[in-house]
Amino acid sequence: MIEAVGLTKRYGAKTAVHNLSFQVRPGAVTGFLGPNGSGKSTTMRMILGLDQPTAGHVTIGGHPFRNLPNAPRQVGALLDAKAVHGGRSARNHLLSLAQLSGIPARRVDEVLGVVGLQEVAKRRSKGFSLGMGQRLGIAAALLGDPQVLLFDEPVNGLDPEGILWVRNLMKQLAAEGRTVFVSSHLMSEMALTADHLIVIGRGQLLADMRITDFISHNSADFARVRTPGTDPAQREKLTSALTEAGGQVMPEPDGALRVTGLALPRISDVAHEADVRLWELSPHQASLEEAYMRMTQGAVDYRSTADQKAGLQPAMPPGYAPPQVVPEVPQHGWYAPPPPGQNPYAAAPQQAPVQQPPVQQAPQPQPPAAPPVPQAPAAPAAPTKPEDAR
Amino acid sequence: MASLPAVLKSEWTKIRTVSSTTWTLACALIVTVAISAALCALMRSQFDDLKPAEKLTFDPTFISFSGMILGQLAMVVFGVLVVGTEYSSGMIRSSLAAVPRRGTFLFAKLTVATLLALVVGMATSFLSFFLGQALLGPHRTTIGEPNVLRAVVGAGLYMALIALFSMGVATMLRSSMLSLGILMPFFFLISQILSAVPGAKNVARYFPDRAGSQIMQVVPDAMNSDPAPYGPWGGLGIMVLWVIAALAGGYLVLRKRDA
Repeated sequence: MIEAVGLTKRYGAKTAVHNLSFQVRPGAVTGFLGPNGSGKSTTMRMILGLDQPTAGHVTIGGHPFRNLPNAPRQVGALLDAKAVHGGRSARNHLLSLAQLSGIPARRVDEVLGVVGLQEVAKRRSKGFSLGMGQRLGIAAALLGDPQVLLFDEPVNGLDPEGILWVRNLMKQLAAEGRTVFVSSHLMSEMALTADHLIVIGRGQLLADMRITDFISHNSADFARVRTPGTDPAQREKLTSALTEAGGQVMPEPDGALRVTGLALPRISDVAHEADVRLWELSPHQASLEEAYMRMTQGAVDYRSTADQKAGLQPAMPPGYAPPQVVPEVPQHGWYAPPPPGQNPYAAAPQQAPVQQPPVQQAPQPQPPAAPPVPQAPAAPAAPTKPEDAR
Repeated sequence: MASLPAVLKSEWTKIRTVSSTTWTLACALIVTVAISAALCALMRSQFDDLKPAEKLTFDPTFISFSGMILGQLAMVVFGVLVVGTEYSSGMIRSSLAAVPRRGTFLFAKLTVATLLALVVGMATSFLSFFLGQALLGPHRTTIGEPNVLRAVVGAGLYMALIALFSMGVATMLRSSMLSLGILMPFFFLISQILSAVPGAKNVARYFPDRAGSQIMQVVPDAMNSDPAPYGPWGGLGIMVLWVIAALAGGYLVLRKRDA
């Protein structure tokens, strides 16, 4: 059991963690979520006594970490997979950690087998891939057979087989009654692994609840309804009919309708009564990803902006026409991918005075930065090697 | 809390399983012995060309340690790397998570590394001495002469103290690059140059390497050097004070700072 009370950490003027209180209970996998820079790793380091909290305290089994009797036998942690001297072999690295708490060398070979590194045990960890490094870090955490386990981003760099293995390992450890605290930014992974969630943003607690509660609290399930695209009147007719029946209707950019508050059969009945044909009626369950994005929207520190590429593009040659505006690709809903070589979005004939077939041979120079469409108006200069044309 | 013997055992595993330990210590031994031997051979052939004052204060023991000016640099690298790689690799977090008592961790690490440096330092000084004397021919001295054994043992101690001083500095600076960038020019250039500049000479005398190397002299003011205001053991004492200061600083930094 990990218990944090009013945990606060300041680095100068920047508050990394502010008044964080939570409990991590045994027998469950507790996911620790937050955007980049939200204070996850700082919190983990404070739990392990590596960073001294500015205020508040955190205890493991009732003791501050630094006062734990024989800490390595009680708490295992994976903080940074690359925190290994590159010149030391995997086995010797684990051996030096094992000797700290009187763990026999036999146990080192055991955990090497558990994480699947027996083959490379004698090799220097310098040459390890990120995934092998993660496995070595997990081996170090398991070494003392501890009751409390902390993992900071354990699936980073693992292959699908490794991700599945970590997922099952976490669940198994929790099923044995251990306390498992896992931080991650992979929401989909947490949805499959964690029983309980602690979400922080900008160093403050946003949520501390069961994962099922988290999803239903922070999202709304909805139905997507699509009427024949040829007749906007039908759409309006259905909208008013659904609103009358007590549903909330929101139009989506691609012409579909997002309906909440009505069950799927009811929507179908209403459409039938209103004499509107439906092209699509699909249930949409909010994922953990969406619930999480909704919650942390206001707490993201580092947000990406569009790349302007100022000054990086060469001057346009004389007579160059600006690239045609590409119609927006529908972001929601399903649409058929264009057949290869015939991108329907590439032609965009509306504004262009001359129709340009997608596979035209005119040696028109291409802008170096292609418009954000897969298979942009093609690279006519070298049709066999489109990569070289850029 | 991890017990002290366990931490010592773990540190011994750490130090013996990286190749930098072998390389730096072998380098310290070979460089010191080889350069000392070369200078001894040179002295034997050039002895007649020495100035009378230098002939009078000719110190065969001190001459046989002259390679230490370069050999000590390898000891500096050894000391810095022992501590610095913990920080550069991030291993320090695993180590401190396993040994929450930071004083225990530092003490164990320094003990193991210093003992190893002492063993190599002693081997270096004895080898250097006997090989040097063999090459000095008619100008040689023997280990039985007064104060000679003190100088030979002192030279071994000097090597270990240089390594320990470097470990203290590296713990304070928490970076191999930074520590090497400061210690190497200091021992190789600044200390050597300042001790030749008239005004700065009196200050440079109290630098750890200058003061400590006094222990290797058997003849006072060997090779017509300036008389020092302290004796051989006084000089070593000054060096020990430097080491204690570096270690205290390192301990405070390790205890206060977040890992």
